[in-house]
Amino acid sequence: MSFLPDRALDHLRDVAETPDFSETRYQVEEEIGRGGMGIVYRAWDAQLERRVAVKVMNAGYAINREAKLLAQLEHPGIAPVYDAGALPDGRCYYAMRLIQGRRLDEFLRAEPALPARLRLFEKICEAVAFAHNRGVIHCDLKPQNIMVGEFGEVFVVDWGVARALDGAPAPPAGTPPYMAPEQSGGGADARTDVFALGRILRDLMPDPPPRPLAAIAQKASARDAAARFANVQQLAADVGRFLDGQPVAAYRDTVPERLARFGRQNQVLLLLLGTYLAVKLFLYFLAPALK
Amino acid sequence: MPYDSDTAIGGPHRPFPTTRHSLIVSAAGAGSLAREALDSIVEVYWKPAYKHVRIQWKRSNEEAKDLVQGFFAALIEQQILAGFDPSKARFRTYLKGCLDHFVMKQDEHASRLKRGGGMSAVYDFEAAEREIAGAPSVEDIFLREWQRQMFALGLEDLRAYCESAGKTVQYAVFAQYDLAEDERPSYAELAGQHGIPVTSVTNYLAWARRELRRLVLLRLSSVTSGDPERQAEQHVLFGK
Repeated sequence: MSFLPDRALDHLRDVAETPDFSETRYQVEEEIGRGGMGIVYRAWDAQLERRVAVKVMNAGYAINREAKLLAQLEHPGIAPVYDAGALPDGRCYYAMRLIQGRRLDEFLRAEPALPARLRLFEKICEAVAFAHNRGVIHCDLKPQNIMVGEFGEVFVVDWGVARALDGAPAPPAGTPPYMAPEQSGGGADARTDVFALGRILRDLMPDPPPRPLAAIAQKASARDAAARFANVQQLAADVGRFLDGQPVAAYRDTVPERLARFGRQNQVLLLLLGTYLAVKLFLYFLAPALK
Repeated sequence: MPYDSDTAIGGPHRPFPTTRHSLIVSAAGAGSLAREALDSIVEVYWKPAYKHVRIQWKRSNEEAKDLVQGFFAALIEQQILAGFDPSKARFRTYLKGCLDHFVMKQDEHASRLKRGGGMSAVYDFEAAEREIAGAPSVEDIFLREWQRQMFALGLEDLRAYCESAGKTVQYAVFAQYDLAEDERPSYAELAGQHGIPVTSVTNYLAWARRELRRLVLLRLSSVTSGDPERQAEQHVLFGK
């Protein structure tokens, strides 16, 4: 057996991994992502003359489960599937919309303002809630699996370990620290995604965080699933209340905090009241002297 | 079903195995089956083990030879493989840990018997020594050499398959292009040299790479405990 030099070895490792799309309409351009289930490439769709993302599943995934599942989730926050098939070596692939944008963790490095971050979070919740409504839980939500587009649009990606809400227990999946405790035992329900969203919300908060927001994140990512928000809509609604300056369900305000909120929400009324009192005082003390 | 000798697995001469069951279970037992299974594991791992002992443990070539032969003999004699638990570690990691433990336990002054009879034909320490001389020092030589050995064995399988299936031109095109040590020839040059259209060069290369991948994965299946470990090791073996 002859010696395989490093250069040849590296080349063989690359070409053996590179999918053979010669019998398809796609021309692979470059690898743009790699996960536990497969590799995502940017590719040129020669038939429709547009760029797409193509995910090639690892060998062993005989059924293109992920593609079928995604095809059921038509939502602006979930990349649509265009096409699916199998390569000559047996690996499954599917083509989807190529998302132009940044990952959430990269987006946060630009330090956008808190309201902008929270509005983004609401959009993430909308997409996840939609999937739950269709009976699908993501099970691997994390900043790396959320893309933010040029105009603030949000896409939840990598549904490789997603499962049916009413499905049987599955092998442990997820990524610490976004992985809910029940996932290590193979269990998952809608609150599993609520846990991950709570951890993502924590990533979005400034340091130190506003107390009500910290309480929302803490409740969402409670170790005990029963102590979390029952569903994503409830979590999103509480974040919405915080954005609107309303009391949130996850946090009981102290008296000074209630007064401060009342003051912020009734500035005009308080100004008028203050002016009225000032005039009354003026008249009370100075009117006799003017007589 | 029409038979296509260009694409059918096995070709016109002999069938090629399409599945390889894990040898680890067999090797953990006893008897001739275990011995055969162990020989296959040794075929993949002896060179990574030897270079690991030479470079990471800084042992002389004579010491490394004794240690590696002794280690693989001990795998059977001491039924070390019976202790492998796939839920705790990958087989490659387990084997490297066992090797490290074995080397630690060896007293340099103890008399080491030359063991490993029957498997000695597998070892080619002189060749391995020449490779070490030209190889840059790497942090995890065991991993790198395991990758190299898996691909080297896969290439041997591919060459043997091509010869038996009458696909020597396919292999020649593949070897000239993908195993080129210097400048790779152009597709047009290869086409001219073999008297085939350029599109055939593209097709032959795609076919050979696909077969190489399949054969390397077959080898990998035999030295992993099951699908989860094979998929995890596949990430390490291929790509970036």
